[in-house]
Amino acid sequence: MHRDSDRHKQFNRRILMLGGGKFVLLSALTGRLYYLQVVESERYKNLADENRINFRLLPPPRGRITDRNGVPIADNQRNYRALLISENTRSVDGTLNALENILPLNTAERERILRDVRRNKSFVPVTVRENLAWTEVSQIEVNTPDLPGILIDVGESRYYPVGHDFAHVLGYVAAVSEAEKSDDPLLSLPGFRVGKAGVEKVHDLSLRGSGGNSQVEVNAYGRILRELNRQEGSPGAEIQLTLDREIQRLAAHRIADESASVVVMDIHSGEVLALVSSPSFDPNRFIQGLTGTEWQVLANNPRAPLLNKSIQGQYAPGSTFKMVVALAALEHGIVTENTKHYCNGSMKLAEAEFHCWKKHGHGLMDCKTAIMQSCDVFFYEVAKRLGINRISEMATRLGLGKLQGIDLPGERSGLVPTPEWKAQAVGSSWQKGETVILGIGQGYILVTPLQLAAMTARLANGGIDVVPFLTRQVVGSEDNGTVSKGSDRSTGLEPPPKKLGINPAHLKIVTDAMDQAVNSPFGTAFGSRISDTGMSMAGKTGTVQVRRISKAERELGVKRNEELEWKDRDHALFVGFAPRENPRFAVSVVVEHGGSGSKTAAPIARDVLQEVQKRMGIAGGEDSVVGGGREEVSHG
Amino acid sequence: MVKYRMGEPTLTFWQKIWHINWLFVLVICLTASVGFGMLYSAAGGNIDPWASRQIVRFGIGFVLMLCVALVDIRIWLRYAYFIYMGALLLLIAVEIAGTIGMGAQRWINLGVFSVQPSEIMKIALVLALARYFHSVRMEEIYRPTRLIIPFLLVLVPAGLVLRQPDLGTAGLMILGSGAIFFAAGVRMWKFGLVLVTGIAALPIGWQFLRDYQKQRVLTFLNPEQDPLGSGYHIIQSKIALGSGGLFGKGFMAGTQSHLSFLPEMQTDFIFTMLAEEQGLMGALGLLFLYGIILIYGYVFSASCRNQFGRLVSIGITTTFFLYVFINIAMVTGLIPVVGVPLPLISYGGTAMLTLMIGFGLLIGVHINREVLIGRQLTTIDISPASLV
Repeated sequence: MHRDSDRHKQFNRRILMLGGGKFVLLSALTGRLYYLQVVESERYKNLADENRINFRLLPPPRGRITDRNGVPIADNQRNYRALLISENTRSVDGTLNALENILPLNTAERERILRDVRRNKSFVPVTVRENLAWTEVSQIEVNTPDLPGILIDVGESRYYPVGHDFAHVLGYVAAVSEAEKSDDPLLSLPGFRVGKAGVEKVHDLSLRGSGGNSQVEVNAYGRILRELNRQEGSPGAEIQLTLDREIQRLAAHRIADESASVVVMDIHSGEVLALVSSPSFDPNRFIQGLTGTEWQVLANNPRAPLLNKSIQGQYAPGSTFKMVVALAALEHGIVTENTKHYCNGSMKLAEAEFHCWKKHGHGLMDCKTAIMQSCDVFFYEVAKRLGINRISEMATRLGLGKLQGIDLPGERSGLVPTPEWKAQAVGSSWQKGETVILGIGQGYILVTPLQLAAMTARLANGGIDVVPFLTRQVVGSEDNGTVSKGSDRSTGLEPPPKKLGINPAHLKIVTDAMDQAVNSPFGTAFGSRISDTGMSMAGKTGTVQVRRISKAERELGVKRNEELEWKDRDHALFVGFAPRENPRFAVSVVVEHGGSGSKTAAPIARDVLQEVQKRMGIAGGEDSVVGGGREEVSHG
Repeated sequence: MVKYRMGEPTLTFWQKIWHINWLFVLVICLTASVGFGMLYSAAGGNIDPWASRQIVRFGIGFVLMLCVALVDIRIWLRYAYFIYMGALLLLIAVEIAGTIGMGAQRWINLGVFSVQPSEIMKIALVLALARYFHSVRMEEIYRPTRLIIPFLLVLVPAGLVLRQPDLGTAGLMILGSGAIFFAAGVRMWKFGLVLVTGIAALPIGWQFLRDYQKQRVLTFLNPEQDPLGSGYHIIQSKIALGSGGLFGKGFMAGTQSHLSFLPEMQTDFIFTMLAEEQGLMGALGLLFLYGIILIYGYVFSASCRNQFGRLVSIGITTTFFLYVFINIAMVTGLIPVVGVPLPLISYGGTAMLTLMIGFGLLIGVHINREVLIGRQLTTIDISPASLV
C-alpha cells in the first residue's frame, strides 16, 4: 500500500505536469486564434473579399456611324453564336458529332474547339461558331435535346451594311494588337475590336465608349454565383459623317470596275459628300480576321484595293492643273484675259519639241479657250514665261503638295516640285523643259484626288481656303453632348474664312473657262454636260500620260489607248463643280489608266454631280438653294 | 503473492448506470451537436449528405460508448494484450493487402463496413501499455530493460502505420504513448534521451518520407511560396479564420467555406469553417467544451484507485487532446498539414467510433474508480455477472 500510494502521488504529479503542458498548448492555440481573428482580421477580411469578388468588364456597344442624313453605314448587328459548355455534356465529341449535321466543322475548327475546351474550366463557354445564319440558329434550337452542352448566345458585332461602298472611309474594326494595348482595360477583353483604319480609327475613342463593370461573386473555381453590383458603361458616341450614302453609293458603283477615285465636297463648308476609292473590299471580312489567302489576294492585286486612292493615290494632275498655271499667269501679268497665242501642234524649246494633244494645233488660243479646249501649247508657252517658282507658288496656295487635313488617317501630301526640292531629292538642277511640262500638269508634280477636289472648291468658292472634312457631328460623346467641326462652322464659331488672296476677276476667267469646257460645243467635256432641267456642271478634263512616247512612235502614229496594256494606258481625270452658276459642290474623278479624261472621267463626274444636285435639293426647284434656282431654270 | 482486495467486487447493472457521469456524457453530446450544426452548414443548409449520417454514426457510437463503459474494467485489463495482438494482426493484414493493392492502404473491407486497423490500434495500444505499466513495480520502471517491451509495443504498430503511410496517426500513437510512459513514472532524462535521438534521426527519417509528405512539411515552412499549389489550403484556411473576426460571419454565411475556397471543409478543415462563421467567440466556445472534456479525463484519472484505470484515462485523454491540438494547430498554420480530424466535429465514421469507444473506457474507468486491482491478474475473480 505504501508503494501504491507513492505511485499514486508520483502519478498525480506527473499528470499535473501533463495537464499543465496541455493547458500551455491550448493557450497557444487561443493566442493564435486571437492573432488571426482579431489582430490580423482586417487584412484577412480584405483577402476574403478579393477571393470571392471578381470584376467583370462589360463592353459598351460601339457607336454607330451614319451618313449626313442619319442613315447607318456602320452598325452593330446581333451576332448569334453557338457556344459549348463542356460540363453540360457527357461527351464533347458526341455533341460535336451531333452538331455536324447542322454546322459542318472542319478539322481545324474542331481542333480549336477541343483545345479551348481543354484550356478552360468546364463551365466556361467555348465558342463553336460565330455569325450563325438564322436557319442554323433555329435548327440548333429545335435540336437542343440532341445537342447537350450547346447553347446559342447573342452578342453584338460590327456590321457594315454597305461595306464595299464605304470601305476606305470607314475602315474597319479588328482584334486589338499587342501594340495597341493601353491602360484601357477594355482592350484586354477577349473578342474586343478596335478601329484599324479610316473613321473607325480616327474616332476610335469616341466610338468605343467606356466599359461598365459588374461585380460578381465567384467561388474558388471562378464560377460566377451571383452579381453583387453592376455599373453600366457608357455606349460609344455616334458619329455622323458629312457623306451622303446615296451619292457615295452611286459613285462607288460608277467606278466599281475601275481602279479609280471620286471625291465630292461642299465648296463652302468643306463637307465631303462622297469619298470613294475602287476597287474596294468588304470590311465585314476584316472583323473576324482575314484568312491568309484572302489577305494575299487583296495585297497582291495590282489595282491596290486596300489603298484609299482618294487620299493616298498620287497622280500627276495633267490638264486639270491648267487652271493653276492660268491663275499664276494672270496674277503675274504674263497673260491677260485677251492675250492670245498660236498653237500649231507643238512647241520647240532648244532641241526638244513639246507636242500638243491635238496633232495639228488649236490655232489662236487665249486663256479661256486654252482651258476649254485644253490646249497644251498655250500652257507650254505660259509656263515657260512664268518660270517654275511662280507656278509652284500658286499650286501651293491652292493647297496642292500639302496635306488637306481631312479627318482620316494616312493622307498623303502629293508633291509640288521646286528647284530646291529637285536639288535635294533628285540631286540635279531644274531644267526649263520641266517647267514647260509642268505647265500641263506633267512631270514631277503629284496630287491626290482629294487635293484636286479641294483645289476645285477653292477655285469655285471665290478663293477661300476651304478645308475638307468628314465628321459632321459626334453625338453623345463624353465631352458634353454634341461636338463637331461641322456644327462649329455652321454656328460661326470657326474663325472667318481664310482668303487665298487670288483676284476674283481671275478666278472668274478660270471658272468661266471650266464652264465652257463642259457646256460649249468646243469644250473637251461637252459630251458630259448635264442637260437636265435645273442642273448643270462645269469642269476640266485631264489625261495623264504614264509612259513616254518616243519620237519613232509618234511618227508611226501614237497608239490608241485601247491597244495598250492596262498599266500603260493614260490616267483619266476630271475636276468640276456644280451648278455652273453659284456653284456649291466640287468633284474630282481620277480613273487610273482609264484612257482619256473626257471619255472616261467626265461622264462619271457628270453622273455623280447629277446625283449630288438631286440629293442636295438643287434640282426640281421646290427645295432650291438660295440664289441658285432661278438662273438655272432660265439657263436650261 | 499479495492478496488483492476488491472495493466492490461487482457492481450491478443499475449501479453502473448510476455511476455513469451523465454530465460528461452531456458535454460529449453538446460537442457532437456543434459538429452536426457545422456539417449542416457545410452542406449549404442541408442535413444531407453529412449531418444526417454523422448523427447516425454518433448514435451508434453513443450506444457503443455505453456498452464499453458498462464492461467491467478488469475485463479490459485481462484482454488488453489479446486486443492488442488482434489489432496488430489487422495492421499486418492491411500491410500485406497494401503491398498487393495500390498506394496507401488503411482499410479492411468487411463487406458491410470498413475497419481502419490503425484506429483500433490507438485504443489497443493504450490498453496494452496501461496493462504493462499496471503490472510493473515502480522500482522496475526505473530499470531501462523494463522499458524494452513497452517500447516495442509502441514502435511495432507505429512503424506499420508509418509504412502505410500515415504520418499523422503514427505521430499520434507515439505522442499518446509517451504520455502514458510519462504518467507511469518513467524518468525524465529518458524522455530527453529519446527526444535527442529523435532529432538526430530526423535527417534519416526525412529520406523515408513520401514526396507528398515532404511537400507538406516544406509548404508549412513557407506556405506563400506556392500559393496556388500546396500552400493554398493553409492560406485559404487562414483567410477564412481571420475574416471571421471576433463574432464571425454568421451561421451558413462563411464566404470562404461556402464558395469552396476552403478544402475539405466537412472533415479536416471544419474548425476553420466554424471559426469563420462563428468567429473567435465560437472557436473559443468549442475549445471550452473540449477543455471540459479534458478536465473530466484528468479528474477521472486522478480519482481512479487502480493504476490501469488511471493510465487508460490519461492515455485516452491525451490522444483526444492531441487530435484537438494537431487539428487546430494545422488549420491555423502552426504546424504542417497532417490529416487529423477534429474529434466529435469532423465528418468521418471510424474516427467517431474510436473516439466513442475511448470515451466509453473513460466512463468505465470512472464507474470502476473504487475497484482495486492487484499487479498480478491471476487472483482476480471475475464473475460472469460483472460482464454484463
